[in-house]
Amino acid sequence: MSGKPILEDISLIVQENETMVLFGPNGSGKTTLIKAIMGFSGYNAKGGRIVYKGKTINGFSIDERVKLGMGLMYQNPPKVRGVKLGQIAKFLCKDKKRVEELADRLSLKKHLDREINVDFSGGEMKRSELFQVLLQDPDILLLDEPESGVDIENISIMGRVLNEYLAQKNKSAFMITHTGYILDYITAREGCVMIEGKLWCVGEPKEMFNSIKSSGYEKCKECPWLKKGR
Amino acid sequence: MEELRKRIERSDEESIASSGIDFSEKMRSASFLQRDDSVVFSRSLSDGIDIMSIEEAFGEFPEIRDYYGKSFGMLGSGYPKDTKGGYFIRVKKGKTIEMPIQTCLFLKAQGFKQKVHNIIIVEEGARVYLITGCAASKAAGEAFHLGVSEFFIKKGGYLNFTMVHSWKEDISVKPISTALIEEDASFISNYICLRPVKEVVMYPTAMLLGKGARSSFNSLILSHPDTLQDIGARAIFRAENTRAEINTRAVSLGGKVIARGHLKAERTDAKAHLECRGLILSERGMIHAIPELETDLRDVDMSHEAAIGKISKEEVEYLCSRGFSRDEAQSIIVRGFMDVGILALPEVLTKEIKALEDKTLRADL
Repeated sequence: MSGKPILEDISLIVQENETMVLFGPNGSGKTTLIKAIMGFSGYNAKGGRIVYKGKTINGFSIDERVKLGMGLMYQNPPKVRGVKLGQIAKFLCKDKKRVEELADRLSLKKHLDREINVDFSGGEMKRSELFQVLLQDPDILLLDEPESGVDIENISIMGRVLNEYLAQKNKSAFMITHTGYILDYITAREGCVMIEGKLWCVGEPKEMFNSIKSSGYEKCKECPWLKKGR
Repeated sequence: MEELRKRIERSDEESIASSGIDFSEKMRSASFLQRDDSVVFSRSLSDGIDIMSIEEAFGEFPEIRDYYGKSFGMLGSGYPKDTKGGYFIRVKKGKTIEMPIQTCLFLKAQGFKQKVHNIIIVEEGARVYLITGCAASKAAGEAFHLGVSEFFIKKGGYLNFTMVHSWKEDISVKPISTALIEEDASFISNYICLRPVKEVVMYPTAMLLGKGARSSFNSLILSHPDTLQDIGARAIFRAENTRAEINTRAVSLGGKVIARGHLKAERTDAKAHLECRGLILSERGMIHAIPELETDLRDVDMSHEAAIGKISKEEVEYLCSRGFSRDEAQSIIVRGFMDVGILALPEVLTKEIKALEDKTLRADL
């Protein structure tokens, strides 16, 4: 990064057993926020604290965060040549049956033998991301545009699989969505909007999404939830 | 007791096995083992194969003398003549040999200079796999190995040649080889060098002499600190409708790798591809890829791709976000990069070579 702060004055809490949705225009800093939460290099929190399960995790490495129960579904995952999806799946989940079942539901059985993300279509990548992160069995899912580039039929499959997962005890999620399609399947109580690196408001996600869809993000600045969120 | 194992000292077993030699010979069709300049074992388990020392072959089959130096003559290049030993292998016309032939050239004595000349003939329509292991005993300090090899693959023949180098940090080696490939014949060469070696210099050449001939050179190279691996491959297209590819993967842990490749089309309808990928894991490492494509004809299809760099941070962090530590992630990526799948190994050898690689890489990464 250039060294210039991208996010400022971020304060948010994702409650246990809850899903929070993050909206915002392109380039507003949503992915940056998720990467900072996950601890990627170049995405450092210069001030403040990131707290998870009562621990301040600012200094934790990515894998330490994973071990604590965090899981990330990438927006644009990299190709890893020579490393097969099945190989990672085996590491993530010792239960062969669970791996097979989930691969089957997400139409990924044939992909287990393929190199991760190499020649995967956009939709295949997203399914493989969801597949891996669910096998990881995290307590909080960070989902970066899980449905972008996925066809309607697969969105419904992914949405259902995801919703079942989140219906389990003590699972929460923090999710970025652009299209909002995934909201038809996920029960989310809170949504918030990020504009130019700042959180603008918090509200009921579906209503927020409908208002963004009809009026765009400019209106957000005047919206009735603004006071509630700040 | 396994016959082959009887001929070697217990303390050398591990080094020899690390170069792919199967003492039981259960999965082999013939074996040959030379220690320094003496041939200690040679036998064929198939009536389709002649295997013996080169000197013995000259005695038994005088016509073999005509092959000696023939391929270098066609190439117009010289070759060292002060050799002693080396193997002669002939696979008879039309025979398909299911199990690989194995040969091993082993350095035992301190400072020994092993110089061999091998001749391999695959007669018309015959098919065979050959795995050759080169290794050194713990005592063989400062030793040298020179291996001259001539391959003759006749019309419609197929040779899949896998060479495993398993040397030590103070050994220098210089293989010199040429393959003559006739009409519709194939020569596939797989090279694996994962253990330290002071210096390897080699630039084997395949000459595609008949229509439909094809060759492929595939290499996996791991370069250790303070070592030099100057490894190339060349294919010369002397007939129409021929194909060749060169595929190299190199990882430097601190040594220097020069990956050369030269594809020269002298006839039309040649199809050539050269690919080199390198990963540098240490500040001290160096990889120099020198791909060359050469022709003065229009109707050829020649291409090359080369990519060298450090390990991608994005890939490492991707695996970290699945719960692997940084070191584990690096090791997984390097192992994936050194995928034996890029070699054109026969099925019977894939598992063995993979296990061999896993064992070596586990120690180094």
